[in-house]
Amino acid sequence: MSKILATIAQRLGLGLVTLFVVTLIIAGMIEALPGDFCQAILGQSATESTVQACRRENGFDQPFVTRYVTWLGNTATLDLGTSLSNKRDVGEFITVRLENTLFLAAFAAIVAVPLALTLGILAALYRYSWYDRFVNVFTLTSISFPEFLVGYIMILLLSVMTSTLEGGSWFPALATVRPETSFADRVHLVFLPAMTLTLVVVAHMMRMTRAAIINLLASPYIEMARLKGIKNSRIIVKHALPNALAPIVNVVAINLAYLIVGVVVVEVVFTYPGLGKSLVDAVKFRDIPVVQASCMIFALTYILLNLTADVLSIVSNPRLLHPR
Amino acid sequence: MSDKNRGQKGDVLLEMKGLRIEGRADEEWIEIVHGVDVTLRRGEVLGLIGESGAGKSTIGLAAMGYARDGCRISGGEIWFDGKELRSASEDERRALRGRRIAYVAQSAAASFNPAHKLIDQYCESPVQHGVSSRAAAEKDAKDLFRRLQLPNPDTIGFRYPHQVSGGQLQRAMTAMAMSCRPDLIIFDEPTTALDVTTQIEVLAAIRDIVEQFNTAAIYITHDLAVVAQMADTIKVLRYGNTVEEGDTRAMLSAPKEKYTSDLLAVRTYKRDERPRPEAEQPLLQVRGVDASYGPVPVLHNVSIDIYKKRTVAVVGESGSGKSTTARVITGLLPPKNGDVTYAGQTLPPDYRQRSKDQLRKLQMIYQMPDTALNPKSRIRDVIGRPANFYLGYSGKQLTERVRELLRLVELEPDQYMNRLTTELSGGQKQRICIARALAADPELIICDEVTSALDQLVAEEILKLLQRMQDELDLSYMFITHDLATVRAIADEVVVMQSGRVVESGPKEEMFTPPHHDYTDLLLSSVPEMDPDWLDRLLEERAELAKQGRVLKAADN
Amino acid sequence: MSTVQSPEADPTPIVESDGKMLRQVACFAALAYLMFLFFSHIGTELTSAIGGIACSLVAVLLIYRGWSGLGLNRMRSDIVAAGIFIFILGSLTALGRFMESPWSAFFGLVGLEIFLLAVTAGWKEVRKAPPTALFGVGIIFIYIMASCLASIIAPYGEASVVGQTYMPWGSELKDGGIALLGTDQLGRDTLSRLIYGARNTVGVALATTALTFFVGTFLGLMAASLQGIVDQGLSRVVDVLMAIPQLIFALLILTVIGDGVLNMALVIAMLESTRVFRLARAVALNIVVMDYVEAAKLRGESLLSIIWREVLPNATAPLAAEFGLRFCFVFLFIASLSFLGFGFQPPTADWGSMVRESGNLLNFFTMMPSMGITPLVPAFCIALLTVAVNFVVDWFLHKMSGLKE
Repeated sequence: MSKILATIAQRLGLGLVTLFVVTLIIAGMIEALPGDFCQAILGQSATESTVQACRRENGFDQPFVTRYVTWLGNTATLDLGTSLSNKRDVGEFITVRLENTLFLAAFAAIVAVPLALTLGILAALYRYSWYDRFVNVFTLTSISFPEFLVGYIMILLLSVMTSTLEGGSWFPALATVRPETSFADRVHLVFLPAMTLTLVVVAHMMRMTRAAIINLLASPYIEMARLKGIKNSRIIVKHALPNALAPIVNVVAINLAYLIVGVVVVEVVFTYPGLGKSLVDAVKFRDIPVVQASCMIFALTYILLNLTADVLSIVSNPRLLHPR
Repeated sequence: MSDKNRGQKGDVLLEMKGLRIEGRADEEWIEIVHGVDVTLRRGEVLGLIGESGAGKSTIGLAAMGYARDGCRISGGEIWFDGKELRSASEDERRALRGRRIAYVAQSAAASFNPAHKLIDQYCESPVQHGVSSRAAAEKDAKDLFRRLQLPNPDTIGFRYPHQVSGGQLQRAMTAMAMSCRPDLIIFDEPTTALDVTTQIEVLAAIRDIVEQFNTAAIYITHDLAVVAQMADTIKVLRYGNTVEEGDTRAMLSAPKEKYTSDLLAVRTYKRDERPRPEAEQPLLQVRGVDASYGPVPVLHNVSIDIYKKRTVAVVGESGSGKSTTARVITGLLPPKNGDVTYAGQTLPPDYRQRSKDQLRKLQMIYQMPDTALNPKSRIRDVIGRPANFYLGYSGKQLTERVRELLRLVELEPDQYMNRLTTELSGGQKQRICIARALAADPELIICDEVTSALDQLVAEEILKLLQRMQDELDLSYMFITHDLATVRAIADEVVVMQSGRVVESGPKEEMFTPPHHDYTDLLLSSVPEMDPDWLDRLLEERAELAKQGRVLKAADN
Repeated sequence: MSTVQSPEADPTPIVESDGKMLRQVACFAALAYLMFLFFSHIGTELTSAIGGIACSLVAVLLIYRGWSGLGLNRMRSDIVAAGIFIFILGSLTALGRFMESPWSAFFGLVGLEIFLLAVTAGWKEVRKAPPTALFGVGIIFIYIMASCLASIIAPYGEASVVGQTYMPWGSELKDGGIALLGTDQLGRDTLSRLIYGARNTVGVALATTALTFFVGTFLGLMAASLQGIVDQGLSRVVDVLMAIPQLIFALLILTVIGDGVLNMALVIAMLESTRVFRLARAVALNIVVMDYVEAAKLRGESLLSIIWREVLPNATAPLAAEFGLRFCFVFLFIASLSFLGFGFQPPTADWGSMVRESGNLLNFFTMMPSMGITPLVPAFCIALLTVAVNFVVDWFLHKMSGLKE
């Protein structure tokens, strides 16, 4: 058991190191700005004294290490500074956006994960059948579609084409949720972006699931089970699945991570007030505190997901679970 | 486990008529088994023997009505106890598998599911087929484990496959095949992956259990000496056709076909004895070498002398350190202590510090000709490169040299010069490897298991070729092998290694005459002979020795 | 011969094809044609014309050599020649446009020749290819030709305003021409911009992929061959780079170094090369443990020689497949960024920003369907190419896995 704990501890340690480097990069981006931060935000027309004042205010007279530690402390306590473009408190503003994004991502994930796993496993089991061939072409096509195309097709089919003269349609094209929007309304509003994300992720996930299962079914112990006269269903449940856990967990984690990124484009298509949309806007206005905060959140989620996958696949490895 | 209508011994149990099997290659179906007939009676053991590509495993699986992915049974009939398996439904076939026909795979380590305990995998067949309850199956498992002489039979089942050694797993798999007391068991090269000394125990266990339960068996192997111990009748296959079939003893004493007699003669090749030259300086000397992979020590005080124009065979099982010794000599693994001298001069421990000339004089031939040749290279480049690199041949001269080398290894230059290495058979590839070593104009060649990946007949050709090269070119060989027949064939001196130590060394004649070190004895006596009574005799002898307090047994059993 | 069998039949002898004459004529015609195009510019654009003449010479020479080296049989050789003649004859129908853009004509002709040579030489494989792969090959060819010949086939200029804003499909323009796909928000011809978009988007994606590939493969092979500290160091850097989602990382860096095509290409190349690095390293690690590499080491070969002679030839197949896949990712990445409003600057036409700029037209679908689907057209162009490349790569991977068995 100690070996498995050591392995997990090692992974966690590595994750921490990565996280540390990521914070360094994000905090360090200000250093890398051409000119400096104050020059960048105040523009060329600013007088020397205002720039000086800005530098003092933001602590730019301090060495990098001091500023890094302060920034890290602030970030950890969700004190994320003030937005440069709308002067709002970034922490507050981001929290609302984050909630929206998480809602969208969770919605998509709840639909996508079970769907993709089921369809992927079926494709692996009925390999070379017509179903499998169809799935192959369909998913290959689907992963080749940029997210915005899928989004627009969704809008066209389920919103514009279903709209009536009175102005109603099945689903709204724009997902403008507000903090006071009720849960039921949210589900309705977010339906199209969520389906867009689902479609994109399902294709990836199905392909990877199928590949993982096929790889597994080729192993000698599966052949042995067949030659022992075990029923197909039992082979899948008893012999394939326990060993498939690690690859499947990996597939899910990778795709959830992918979902987090896919969110950016989809939110822009549907002008959904989430973290991705705010990041894109902030990058355009060079609103650095917002960029830093959003990147930090995205990176954190991504690293955590990958770490979870790592740990789960270690835990499901019988060789590590039952050492000699 | 009551035997319902089990037939009498002597009834026909399995009959395959005109069996044809196709394999898919590059989107096309190609026939790999061309109409083979197999008849097996109850309680009888049939040996299927042949070299790689003979189709023996495929035929074995077909007896279960099963074809691997990428294969299909395309013709013939498979009758098992009155039922035709090809026309039977998948469910009917499934009901037979495991219950009445069982299978023992070549690699038990890969064929046990890593996620489940042995006992769970044992009980699966009987419980799923409704033969017995879980509790009864568990009890039965312990009993069978005991009969198969597994250590700790009551608890070993509760371990996971990776916690048990290879030889034990193979016996556990035999027990598993026996779990439903089938009428027929297919043994697919069950001992090929094991060391010779481990093999004995597994062979004995399999034979006893099959006899005890009067089970019929098909025993598939490429080793005629092994099958001679196991089978009542033998069927020799080649390229998917039957070459000869007959009673074991009759066939061994009087084979009808030339191919069979070639196979029989395979271990009898022996080079002429040569007198040992009077005390001269060894060409290569390994002196007191200790070496380790990281913190793990693998060699302890190894010393070997190799004289000019002599062949030193280094013998031992996997993990004995014989290949590591070669790595030390070539400079791939610098030793912790000790050194390697060549013609009196100490060689730098790391190959990167050796001069071009030092590298040139010491060449190497590898076990797997497939991985020893760059699949994207043409023969002329493979052989030409050393000649160009060391000796500066180029242009017409180089081409002429390559042709000369090809002729030397008995390959027609015009036919092979421009081929890719992947377009050759295993034996031809090994010839190219020899030519590549010779291209450097070496003095000493290290041959690392050069024949063990080859079929036996081909292997023998390679040995003869190496012998001829030695005579013509005054070469010295260091011959690493686990196969004592090879040693007998070509060695002048023998070094026996075990767990990183040299246990015994000396001229061949001495080594093959007793008394020996225990391990040498174990190794020597474990090599199967072409005599159906060999195993019985050996087991008797060992039992006799055990009474005297000398236990000859492989370490992991 | 003592060994038993030779599994492969003798390699088919290369028969000296008898279509030599036609081959020479075709190459000469192509050269004469290109010379003519470039010479007509010698008065106005001297350097460009001389460069063009030099390139034509080299290209035709290389094509001719390659062509004879392939050993095609008569019929296949004739097909290639016919393709060249058709191109030249076809250009006569609109000679003015071809003369205006000699470089486009040059690249178009070379692209066509290479395509024809590749298809006829690999005809045995192509004939057995599944329909999806054939579809993919065809689409890729069309895109290549569209990119090469953009300035010849596009009815109007990339940035020229030719009519009113948002004109519907098939509207008549000021100069009497017709805007087949309507006009955009500034009154530029959508079809022309679509064709120029092929050149810009595909061109930048291809260049970025090439850079990605060069960096990733080089470092990956080095890491695998050298091992030790170099490998450790590079691998850790790559781990960190891969720990941040790519799009997020790209946005972060673009905030710092500023927007623009070059910056975008560099950022994407850096991020995507981490994946190539991983693959190249993994592939190479499997190769460097082979005995033939050990044999080369023991022979005393240098590191570069080992990489070049032993490792690289065995890594080309998986790397080629990776190139296709990586192109898809880079292409979609660029499309996404430009859809979000980064990368290409106006008035450069590119498909991602065309989608964004015309996105609102979707709502007019019920009134005028053709207008409503306008934003989908460039998006669909993006998808079609990725689908095509994916199909071809899929076929290739399938063939590769088949070879292994």
